[in-house]
Amino acid sequence: MVSAADHMSDLRQLAWDVAAQVVDPEIPVLTIADLGVLRDVTVRDGDVEVTITPTYSGCPAMNMIALEIELALAREGIANAKVRTVLSPAWTTDWMTEQGRRKLKDYGIAPPQAGAGRRALFGEQQVACPQCGSTETEVLSEFGSTSCKALWRCKACREPFDYFRCH
Amino acid sequence: MAIASISVVESPRVLYALRRADDALILGHRLSEWCGHAPMLEEDMAFANMGLDLIGQARELYTYAARLEDAGNDEDKYAYLRDVRQYRNLLLVEQPNGDFARTILRQLFYSAFADPYWRAMMASKDETLAAIAAKSEKESAYHLRHVSEWTIRLGDGTEESHRRAQTAVEDLWAFTGELFHTDAVEAALIADGIAVDPESLRQRWTDTVTNVLRTATLTVPSNGWMQKGGRSGHHSEHLGHLLSELQSMQRTFPNATW
Repeated sequence: MVSAADHMSDLRQLAWDVAAQVVDPEIPVLTIADLGVLRDVTVRDGDVEVTITPTYSGCPAMNMIALEIELALAREGIANAKVRTVLSPAWTTDWMTEQGRRKLKDYGIAPPQAGAGRRALFGEQQVACPQCGSTETEVLSEFGSTSCKALWRCKACREPFDYFRCH
Repeated sequence: MAIASISVVESPRVLYALRRADDALILGHRLSEWCGHAPMLEEDMAFANMGLDLIGQARELYTYAARLEDAGNDEDKYAYLRDVRQYRNLLLVEQPNGDFARTILRQLFYSAFADPYWRAMMASKDETLAAIAAKSEKESAYHLRHVSEWTIRLGDGTEESHRRAQTAVEDLWAFTGELFHTDAVEAALIADGIAVDPESLRQRWTDTVTNVLRTATLTVPSNGWMQKGGRSGHHSEHLGHLLSELQSMQRTFPNATW
């Protein structure tokens, strides 16, 4: 006989696995688990609650991600799941997994540098080209197509590329 | 048929949150006005992105205020259904965009304060404010760097760009004193470790601004008479015009949703 506790832990694991597959609508190679946005899944009285944390303050993808989680869970028969957003502790690009960084690079986006400490006001930073690996790169635009990216160019292979900004 | 404004019970913490939320919303809205009009594509994206960060910060602060007030208000009601006199933002952030230099200088004066302010607020005893601060701090640092570089480029650029930048500095200077505003309400929050004393940030702000303006070959004005009033709802004529645009949809079609 399967105990209630086992059942709950199975449900929690299933809900986690399903939620972990939800992707960032702006960067569809990254799941919310890769990003470090998925924080926790709890089961209380049979009800699933998924906890996520926002990336950038104004990132419009967050509403979409919350909706996608609910839809994905509903498809697996987990109805009435709630998505809760917590602010603390604040998300940082340091939470992005190694696998996530590799996927980003393969997708053509330079991953954020680890140790997202504060840069000096006019500090230089070195970003490697995701195409050829050269560090002979320069910034074209500090703001890019989404709030998490800047536009860079490789001086070696001449390719422009997106850089996932440290946060 | 216009919809009536909401009333807000401004307990000290609600008022404190609304003041910062209003700063972020109004400045974010001003930056959004550049969308499609900036002098180059990169800066069009920069203003839109900085505006997005600020509106995101505003949303978090409004949501926090709504939870504290617990009177059925929410982020949308605060933004769309308060009249001019109910807005608590700094006069600086409601000043019109003017030319590119004026928008950059307005942002420099604000970000040079917001950057150390949010960094200090990360130690707030209020957990939500500390969490909002941890996010806003990184965004403010990025904004500050960007507009500092532009200030230098404009000030130390052509005769024309220098003239425009210097005019912007002089026109906006009287609005910078209000960054350091406190009153009895805030003093109590400062004493409790919830808020930061802006006076403790004054030297840092002055150093940053002086350093950037001097590098830009711009003249730092002497500290003369400073304008104030925004924190208590006494605004310049510009805010009403801004709100008439920001709120027109909700005022005309109450409760309209996407």
